[in-house]
Amino acid sequence: MTGTSRSGVARRIVPCLDVRDGQVVKGVRFRDHRVMGDIIELAARYRDEGADELVFYDITASPEGRSVDVDWVRRVSETIDIPFCVAGGIRSVASAERVLAQGADKISINTPALEDPDLIDRLVKAFGSQCVVIGVDSIADGESYTVRSHTGTPDAMKAPGRQTLDWLREVVDRGAGEVVLNCMSADGTRTGYDIAQLSAARRLLPIPLVASGGAGAVDHFIDVFRQADVDAALAATVFHSGQIPIPELKQALAAAGIEVRPC
Amino acid sequence: MTIAVVDSGGANISSVLHALRRLGAEPRFTADPAVIGAADRVILPGVGAAGRAMEVLRTHGLVDVIRNLTQPVLGICLGMQLLFESSEEDDARLISLIPARLRRLPDREDLRVPHMGWNAIAATRPDRLTQNLGGSWFYFVHSFAAPVGDWTLATSAHGRSFSAIVRQGNFYGAQFHPERSAGAGAAFLQRFVESER
Repeated sequence: MTGTSRSGVARRIVPCLDVRDGQVVKGVRFRDHRVMGDIIELAARYRDEGADELVFYDITASPEGRSVDVDWVRRVSETIDIPFCVAGGIRSVASAERVLAQGADKISINTPALEDPDLIDRLVKAFGSQCVVIGVDSIADGESYTVRSHTGTPDAMKAPGRQTLDWLREVVDRGAGEVVLNCMSADGTRTGYDIAQLSAARRLLPIPLVASGGAGAVDHFIDVFRQADVDAALAATVFHSGQIPIPELKQALAAAGIEVRPC
Repeated sequence: MTIAVVDSGGANISSVLHALRRLGAEPRFTADPAVIGAADRVILPGVGAAGRAMEVLRTHGLVDVIRNLTQPVLGICLGMQLLFESSEEDDARLISLIPARLRRLPDREDLRVPHMGWNAIAATRPDRLTQNLGGSWFYFVHSFAAPVGDWTLATSAHGRSFSAIVRQGNFYGAQFHPERSAGAGAAFLQRFVESER
């Protein structure tokens, strides 16, 4: 169940930086975005605190139909020496290549994959599975999980009518290297990760699974690694606000017998 | 000090260049045999598939150039794998400096492949390059791995033990990405840059 003896790979702690107009922002339930700070400053701070990986999500890119401005990707790659993933605005092999060429380690796609699932195959063929992360926004209704697209702005959000677990099977078959499952009902609530939904995803995913949505306390991280056996836990507000310092989080995880990279 | 970073194809090479610049070096990204041959240090990076990378090296006439280098050479990730004889991936014939075959990591229900994330290494024989780095954590992304042998300086494990750092004469290799391995990775790269000819 827990990963303490499964292999030597550490469970990853992944701060997510939502980027808009060159600033890191964060809102509650995808609304009311507040400015949290400068991208490069926050990236360097998280690297120094012991974050294992960073995800940058350009929340302005997808809904307004423009692709990600890659200059900040280069500046991040020049500054930090931990892996990072760029999400938002990537809708073609060419736009993915621009981001990877600037030094991103992975690209993550969400809505464009739902609109054109074959894009996953094309990205995997061009860059390899290890570069291709699929972001999935999912809403729980009892034990029924369905995906949402265009989640960057609330007014544009759509329900494409896909069952989340069916979609996860499909992205694995198409060669995706990792899944970030964002449980939207929990996102921004700080009441804990959606353990039931993440466990259901874990049972069918042979590739790394990143939990997203709901982190509010150190115990939530312990629970999601122990109970849902995820490979990584992503969070934003609790890190940006300073509520949970990463060194303290990692000490607590290690004390709970969960293997993490020491800070 | 000149450092040549070999252009063996692949989109994501700039992170290696950025890491070297953070150490104060001015790397040259090149497929020119003359520049590579004359460099004080050569780095062979690589992301992607073994067969495709060998095709790119053959196209540029670089296989023999690399094999005959006498200065310190460091292969990173796929670049390390290319130093071996062959790989199960694409059944590829490689540069053949180290007499062993790369095999796919075990497919098991409790084991995620690719091996993607931070893992610790254990030093198996003393070398200046790995001094005090035993027990350090590095960032790995790979599905195929090199066996442990005389060439192994350090091991790591994912389902089975494999070579994390290798050395064969002036040729070094790291299965992990030092450019994405925080302080431990920077220390490793610094050691390589400062290694004696």
